Amino acid sequence: MSLEQPQRPDVGVTPDGELNYDELAELLDGHVIDREQHENAEGFVIRPDEVSTVLQTLKQEAGFDHLSLVTSQEYQDRYESIYHLKKYKDPTQELSLVVPTTRDDPVSQSAASVFDTADWHEREAYDLVGIEYEDHPDLRRILLPETWQGHPLSKDYNQDQPQIVPLREHADPMEHRTEVPEEQDTMFINIGPHHPATHGVLHLKTVLDGEQVVDVDPDVGYLHRCEEQMCQQSTYRHQIMPYPDRWDYISAGMLNEWSYARAAEDLADVDVPDYAQIIRTMSAEMSRIAAHLLAVGTFALDIYGDFTAIFMYAITDREKVQNLLEDLSGQRLMFNYFRLGGVAWDLPEPRAEFFENVRSFCEYIPERLEEYHNLLTSNELFQSRVIDTGVLPTDVAKDYGATGPVARGSGVDYDLRRDDPYGYYDELEFDVITDDGCDNFSRAYVRLEEMRQSARIIEQCVDLLEDWPEDERDIQANVPRTLKPEPDTEVYRAVEGAKGELGIYIRSDGTDKPARFKIRSPSYCNLQTLEVMAEGEYVPDMVAALGSLDIVLGEVDR
Amino acid sequence: MSKEQELHDTLEQAQTTQEARMGSATDERFNSRLRQAFGSSPFILTKLDKFMNWVRGNSMFILLFGIACCSIEMMHTYAAKHDLDRFGAGVPRASPRQADVIIVPGTIVSKFGPRLKRVYDQMPEPKFVVSMGSCTVSGGPFQEGYNVIKGAEEIIPCDIHVPGCPPRPEALVYGVLKLQEQIRNGESAPVTVKPYELEQFGDLEPDELVKELATEINEDDLVMRYNWVDSP
Repeated sequence: MSLEQPQRPDVGVTPDGELNYDELAELLDGHVIDREQHENAEGFVIRPDEVSTVLQTLKQEAGFDHLSLVTSQEYQDRYESIYHLKKYKDPTQELSLVVPTTRDDPVSQSAASVFDTADWHEREAYDLVGIEYEDHPDLRRILLPETWQGHPLSKDYNQDQPQIVPLREHADPMEHRTEVPEEQDTMFINIGPHHPATHGVLHLKTVLDGEQVVDVDPDVGYLHRCEEQMCQQSTYRHQIMPYPDRWDYISAGMLNEWSYARAAEDLADVDVPDYAQIIRTMSAEMSRIAAHLLAVGTFALDIYGDFTAIFMYAITDREKVQNLLEDLSGQRLMFNYFRLGGVAWDLPEPRAEFFENVRSFCEYIPERLEEYHNLLTSNELFQSRVIDTGVLPTDVAKDYGATGPVARGSGVDYDLRRDDPYGYYDELEFDVITDDGCDNFSRAYVRLEEMRQSARIIEQCVDLLEDWPEDERDIQANVPRTLKPEPDTEVYRAVEGAKGELGIYIRSDGTDKPARFKIRSPSYCNLQTLEVMAEGEYVPDMVAALGSLDIVLGEVDR
Repeated sequence: MSKEQELHDTLEQAQTTQEARMGSATDERFNSRLRQAFGSSPFILTKLDKFMNWVRGNSMFILLFGIACCSIEMMHTYAAKHDLDRFGAGVPRASPRQADVIIVPGTIVSKFGPRLKRVYDQMPEPKFVVSMGSCTVSGGPFQEGYNVIKGAEEIIPCDIHVPGCPPRPEALVYGVLKLQEQIRNGESAPVTVKPYELEQFGDLEPDELVKELATEINEDDLVMRYNWVDSP
């Protein structure tokens, strides 16, 4: 695409940046059967055999270039897939595409030809709910073992039936492939699920030609602990909140809790007092620092194999953040500190001491960053390993729905804290760090610099909290003990988690428990890009690419 | 003068290493003190297996093994502040064939169950298991999940359970210390009934489920029969 080409304005956007749904429906010309109102956006109901046409039009003409999530669910009378669309340049412009299919024949057209990211989302929908997607490149189970019987989130699933799980010896998938020349000798190698470089229980089915990666197929699901089922059988008010801590468990609990809090508060129309929002913002940024520190430490472990300096430094610094978070919430890792409508309790007494500790930590972080930059980004050895390896071009990153530091390292200027502000972020000053190197180096660099911004945000929060009048310290809004949102309200809301856009879809059915609870996990989408980054590269570069993606398996598998 | 006092005095008078090196007399560094302490016999008499237990307890190679949330606290236990190495148990080995202790840090789901069993089987005897966190005790907060195995004990025998969600590093250190104590005293893990065993598919009772899967699974494939209801 040449630069001279004039930027065509998107169809369906008013001059002040709002979506005009009537115009969008006109654009889709007869494809829209019905229109639904969701809390976050309007939902257009379309026929199951027109999915790719409609998505193509919306992507090309209306500028919806971000397929955030595919939600699948089963009603009494039908199955439904919802494609949650957004725009990278303005994520507040949202549109949901609702695709109903009959119960007898749950077949719907795949979106994988339009958005690459739909591949895994639809496999998950097939695995857990049982909707089948036509023209899908590779429709098989993703989270559960291949021999699993039934679809656990469908209505007629019987949890009591026994299952048989095989311990498979995997075969070389390239063996019978015709495009590989006869004389070329490929080797199949399993990396994981127990392997120190996979950051948990990820299984990479890798085919090597010499030392180069020909094909890599991430096999996930070794930590699929039914988070969505757990949330669907818990009550909104208190029982769900402990689970988000365990999705992205790298001390990023506050950020995850916020994703649930934001979705549920929008669903139930709860306003959060400003004071609580500032505490939330502060604690969330502490969590972000802790998460990025671990990402940097383990990345150094992957690159240098260095268990002594950088990893230990990172852990030592994490201990400092964890101490602060422990003072605040009483927990080191699983905070359970947020409540719907606020936070669990006020700042610890004596307040002055806590503020002093936080302040000295915020001053300490930029000093330490110099050290990390010396050890990592300005180190020649590090540079030769990570510059121009694991390349993820901007367009590909968008197509795979990459978000967070992975997207920002590929030059996508996308940060929900700024673009779709929540909490107290719109009152605070911070920069969104992007780097258009698109390689492993950029992603590591973005994480390091984001810590500096987080420290900046925390400092501003402390300033605000210190001057907050004593009689206006409301930590929680008045929320009923039992929360029963209106039946059939649907909401999809996302926050900027440590790994990227962490979204929650909730549909209520009038009871105190959600009828459908769907998690949009940033790691799950980011991990899909591994194939692009690793194929054709050397094995160590693949390990570096995986480390720079900073996935956490609790969030990938949920 | 009592014997203890005598010993104490001789030790007081003993030469320092440096003096011994400098002096012209015979070098007494190696055996003189022990000899004085034990009388004429320079030997410590013990049973070999007792000695081996003592050695095992004091030098444990732990498998570098992360599953879920608990592995983050496990990393903190290894690293700078808590430093498990102080207790002779801080050498993480990446290969199960070099490890003699496995800390199981996290939820085990049906897909991972057979893998855990395989990793455990690859470790050389004698081997010990610390199960870390509520998930490995009972399935923890995920116990009701359709895919979750209710505790590591269903698959491998555990010596020490460290409860918590996740346990603090101090708790894990305490658990490892207790394991060392057990090993030193020669106590072995209680044998548990393990409902989940790896077996060949052909050996399974040919019920409806087995018949249905017969086309997908080979007779000699190793499989685990996952029965959500029957596990405690």
